[in-house]
Amino acid sequence: MRDQPASRVASFAEAVREALTIAMERDPAVFLMGEGIADPASFFGTTKGLGERFGADRAVEIPVAENGMMGVAIGAALMGQRPVLSFHRIEFVLLAIEQLFNNAAKCHYVSNGRHHVPLVVRLIIGRGWGQGPEHSQSLESVFGHVPGLKVVMPTLPHDAKGMLLAAIEDDNPVVFIEHRWLHSTQGRLPDGHYTVPLSESVVRRPGRDITLVGTAQAHLECMRAAEVLDRIGVSAEVIDLRVVRPLDAGPIAESVRETGHLVTVDTGWRTYGVGAEVCARVTEAAWGALKSAPVRLGLPDHPTPSSRGMVPGFYPDAAGVVVAAARCLSLGDDKVAAAQGRLREMIGDQPIDTPDAFFKGPF
Amino acid sequence: MSLRSFYEDMLFIRLAEETIARRYAEQEMRCPVHLSVGQEAVAVGACRALRRTDKLFSTHRCHAHYLAKGGDLKAMMAEIYGKAAGCCGGRGGSMHLFDPAAGMELSVPIVGSSIPLAVGAALAARQRGRDDVAVPIVGDAAVEEGVFHESLNFARHHRLPVVVVCENNLFSIYTPLADRQPGRPLADLARAHDVPAVHGDGNDVMAVHDATAEAVDRARRGDGPTFLVFDTYRWREHCGPNYDNHLGYRTEEEFEAWRRRCPVAAARRALIADGALTEDEDGALTETLAARIDAAFAFAVEAPLPTPETAETHVYA
Repeated sequence: MRDQPASRVASFAEAVREALTIAMERDPAVFLMGEGIADPASFFGTTKGLGERFGADRAVEIPVAENGMMGVAIGAALMGQRPVLSFHRIEFVLLAIEQLFNNAAKCHYVSNGRHHVPLVVRLIIGRGWGQGPEHSQSLESVFGHVPGLKVVMPTLPHDAKGMLLAAIEDDNPVVFIEHRWLHSTQGRLPDGHYTVPLSESVVRRPGRDITLVGTAQAHLECMRAAEVLDRIGVSAEVIDLRVVRPLDAGPIAESVRETGHLVTVDTGWRTYGVGAEVCARVTEAAWGALKSAPVRLGLPDHPTPSSRGMVPGFYPDAAGVVVAAARCLSLGDDKVAAAQGRLREMIGDQPIDTPDAFFKGPF
Repeated sequence: MSLRSFYEDMLFIRLAEETIARRYAEQEMRCPVHLSVGQEAVAVGACRALRRTDKLFSTHRCHAHYLAKGGDLKAMMAEIYGKAAGCCGGRGGSMHLFDPAAGMELSVPIVGSSIPLAVGAALAARQRGRDDVAVPIVGDAAVEEGVFHESLNFARHHRLPVVVVCENNLFSIYTPLADRQPGRPLADLARAHDVPAVHGDGNDVMAVHDATAEAVDRARRGDGPTFLVFDTYRWREHCGPNYDNHLGYRTEEEFEAWRRRCPVAAARRALIADGALTEDEDGALTETLAARIDAAFAFAVEAPLPTPETAETHVYA
């Protein structure tokens, strides 16, 4: 057997913290910026201890001034520093879109390749516990729209660490999106330094009958759906998209050429979502291979309500993926009912507004 | 540092921009131009107080800043003519002039947007153990932007080597300062952030230079940022080569009063009065500068356009 690098089981949050630590150890140009970067909560634990270890000059506390601080990070990056700017909720970065879209995304282009902006912006998305319309949005497709930005959304702790290290070492601005519900998920985490490319999707579960595409928490729903689809004789291929921009649709089209069916799952709104772009690309590339119209799952066209009374049906889940797959494959109601029953057994009485046990892994 | 050399710089910028204005109607400079005619003393006075390695960040009205900081005129004109030899390779146009070799780091056209970039450059200088000073030159509307305050707050808190220069030309396009802000002095905004501020005559190149030099010294010593407000006046329209007083947003009297205070003519008068410049020397200087400018225009006119396939390069490093 081939030697595997030493590894352990660790959480996504630990993976992020480990990547930051290694990056700061390896390169003195790497520094952190954030509101409460070294406070007792330390960004859901992801920056815990880094302030004490590296000092206030490299774990820079910032005033609550998002656009200004985004500009400061970009200015420092232009001079060769490698800032990692973190926001507790993706909504706060909306104040900083001017700097991010106008300056970070365009300095390299406008300068004819002479300027570089090696900046990482960590954004937290999520759901649950009644966080409501302005604390739980998934705006990845907004950032995915802009040339010059790289936008990644890892699912597994392994990728969180490897992609964050790659993002920090990349000479482009990288928007690094973390789903809050993934922070506590567990997975195999190799020791030491390694990188995962910021350009590739990955087939997590090979299959023959249908292709399921999602990323972050939506990917885990796809994996769970694939598990129960397997019980009813459907072999689903599950692709973890990982990268929103630049979009790696080639392997997805390749998969669909085999399966003939595609379901995409967004953590954000379905309209103009990541899945919409994936479906368009695959339709262009593999039109003749499609045996059914691609299906996009995502959030309905209204803001996220706070009350758990209004949340049922709001988030696309494994059950929704099963229904979509059944529609593509014209499965009988009995099969769908069997799969749904199995899902209910797996999930149990889990409240709708907290992550269920499945999401803890290890993956 | 002498008035004579400042005068040469101002005259060079004036002649270059007047040439742009004169030739704009040829329709070969196919991008917006925001001319600084009348405002040259701020550009020259401030930039001459800087080292070449100090970092300048400018706005849409960046020609004068670029030239005053030592930016290459040929690359500027080629950019305005949309040519591949332009400083941005034709990707930016007149609002994005930069020349890193001269410490002219970046120009961006969104009001106030350059201020935090300069503060970030100052933070990087501190982190990297360099004694560079970072200078954003902005207009009077920039103080209305949130990033102005966000940046001063952060720069003051960390005592960063930043000198924010405000070229107060009294108008945001057609809207006068009085229609946009209460009557309090602009300098008070910085004082509210515990940042020292100086208000000076933006048409007096020596005054601009001396105030900037003092602020730069303080920044380099580690004593933090300064805010400098220099009052001046844009002679021509906000964007384009023409005069626009006929539109009625400002009076002919106001315009003429400012034109009588022309910073270039004032410097010339002072030099001649002091015997530091003769009419003949001035004529020869003008000819020399005009020849350089003509050569830069000829270079830009003859240079090839970039090709369509290059439009998709340099999206990512």
